Amino acid sequence: MIEYQNIFTRTQIHGPPDMGGGAAPEAAGVWPRGDNAYSSSLLGRIGDAQIGPFWLGGWGVAAIATGVAWFVIVGLNMLASVNWDVIEFIRQLFWLSLDPPAPKYGLSFPPMAEGGWFLVASTFLLISVICWWIRLYTRAVDLGMGTHIAWAFASAIWLFLVLGLIRPLLMGSWSEAVPYGIFSHLDWTAAFSIRYGNLFYNPFHMLSIVFLYGSALLFAMHGATILAVSRFGGEREIEQIVDRGTASERAALFWRWTMGFNATMESIHRWAWWFAVLVTLTGGIGILLTGTVVDNWYLWGVKHGIAPPYPDASTLGDPGMGGN
Amino acid sequence: MRYGLIALIPFGIVLAIFAILKFEHPPIDSTQLGFRGTGIVQVDNPRTEAALAKLNQPPESYGPTEPGGPLASEVYENVRVLGHLTEDEFLSYMASITEWVSPEQGCGYCHNEENLAEEGLYTKTVSRRMMQMTQTINADWGAHVGGAGVNCYTCHRGQNVPAYYFVEDDLQPEAGGFSASRNNQNFAADENVYSSLPYDALDKQLTQDDVLIRVQSDNALPYFGEDLVPIQDAETTYSLMMSMSQGLGVNCTYCHNTRAFSNWEQSHPARLVAWHGIEMAQHLNAEYLAPLASELPEHRLGPKGDAPKAKCATCHQGIPKPMYGADMVSDHPKALTQRAE
Repeated sequence: MIEYQNIFTRTQIHGPPDMGGGAAPEAAGVWPRGDNAYSSSLLGRIGDAQIGPFWLGGWGVAAIATGVAWFVIVGLNMLASVNWDVIEFIRQLFWLSLDPPAPKYGLSFPPMAEGGWFLVASTFLLISVICWWIRLYTRAVDLGMGTHIAWAFASAIWLFLVLGLIRPLLMGSWSEAVPYGIFSHLDWTAAFSIRYGNLFYNPFHMLSIVFLYGSALLFAMHGATILAVSRFGGEREIEQIVDRGTASERAALFWRWTMGFNATMESIHRWAWWFAVLVTLTGGIGILLTGTVVDNWYLWGVKHGIAPPYPDASTLGDPGMGGN
Repeated sequence: MRYGLIALIPFGIVLAIFAILKFEHPPIDSTQLGFRGTGIVQVDNPRTEAALAKLNQPPESYGPTEPGGPLASEVYENVRVLGHLTEDEFLSYMASITEWVSPEQGCGYCHNEENLAEEGLYTKTVSRRMMQMTQTINADWGAHVGGAGVNCYTCHRGQNVPAYYFVEDDLQPEAGGFSASRNNQNFAADENVYSSLPYDALDKQLTQDDVLIRVQSDNALPYFGEDLVPIQDAETTYSLMMSMSQGLGVNCTYCHNTRAFSNWEQSHPARLVAWHGIEMAQHLNAEYLAPLASELPEHRLGPKGDAPKAKCATCHQGIPKPMYGADMVSDHPKALTQRAE
């Protein structure tokens, strides 16, 4: 079989588990964490064969406890919404939802049946996500790592906060928040775009899409490049940043041949991190501006010359305004 | 490695079965309706179209009645809404109604066959009101029904009750108490075209005039100080539009340019006909159909006690023009288009 066609990892290492002691001297005081580790050849096909040691800590426990509280509140309310009928719950699971309060309640706390549970669940989810962020941050610091992962996650949290907290506050109504349900949140997304005159004319939405698809493209280009030069040691990317070998040179020349320009072993990772982070950073800005400062993105686009007219648009007029 | 691929086989089989059962197979026809590149197209599946064509044939025509003769109001007693017809026209219309609405039960479905003039059966009261409604549609709603017009068969299709209508319905009980309400949405049903959109959209938007359907702002920037038009209202309109789309067997792009749903200048002219259709349905439901709740027996009412009301599918039954635009009034022009003095 040709090497590049492999989906699964070709090299698995099975042995006494690495519990981490001594790998990061400056963090020696906080190691080891957890004592349970084993090896799985199935998971080794897609990642490292070693599973664990896993360590939750205080923030992890808090995040999981509040996350479970959110999940259970949403689930039980969904079950109650079909009168505790388990068959209907399974049949309608994708349709069921825990909805935000009705618009008439504004920013007040509504009765539990009419959005109270949504606000309670949202509070738990907010605590859970923040705790998980602190966990990512403290784990990275304890390992002597940079905190890049925590800040990338913070970018996603920014979008989450805009959708569920900041924008509803600015709009003066919790009803603007996103419902918790499989189809209901998708309907919300479609209705949100329609209500605000087509989100595709929102330049921050455009940027978010550019970075989203761009992230996928960069990931594919980078993954393919490294696999393609792994026979020359290309997977030793970090060393090759400062000690460029034939793998880096071939990969770089390949891209210069094909598009005249290439990333380096260092810059590709900076690109990838920023592309990913900017997806939700720009997306959050786009959502934040919607309804608060722009009410119809299509008309905004017309005003600013990004939505050109068609040459022979029909002469239909609005019948509600006496046209036709 | 080998086992990994084998594990994919049952997954593939399940996926294939799902795809075959769930999706329509190609080829699908796409007809351009608007300026090139705007996506204003109608997408049809020729196989489902063929099945629909069989279901949407107009009733047999016997041609118009010979003119002349005495008026029905002079010959018969208690003729209230068809008195302006001649006796021949009246009898021909009555015979057609029987064929369109109660072919199995015959005249006795509405009349006491011992004394045809007698009141008493609710069906007689209702059908009289329906005749008035039909006259109103043909006389006043030409902007929607055009020259084709409608008769009883447009909706009834040989059945006592038209196949498609809507009533208020909670669909499935809720636990209540302080558990969260479903808010008349988040439950797949015919009413919301199997989405999680509101299933009371027609109850809200198609039973009265002066309802909010337009949710998009006509201004790029917000008008400060005005009431919020919430996303929930957009979902209700979305649900109404889905009911319309389903009822007519058309895409959004049959009427709209999806880059600016609310913009009339970029819409296909069909949107104007549809706009009059919404106005018409609101009027008919408010004036004719909803008030019948007091006349209809319980088994004809919805679970919450309201009368069955008309939606787009009531007449359209899955195609853009009911009966593909066949002439429905020429056989009985006076009965269907003119009101009695």
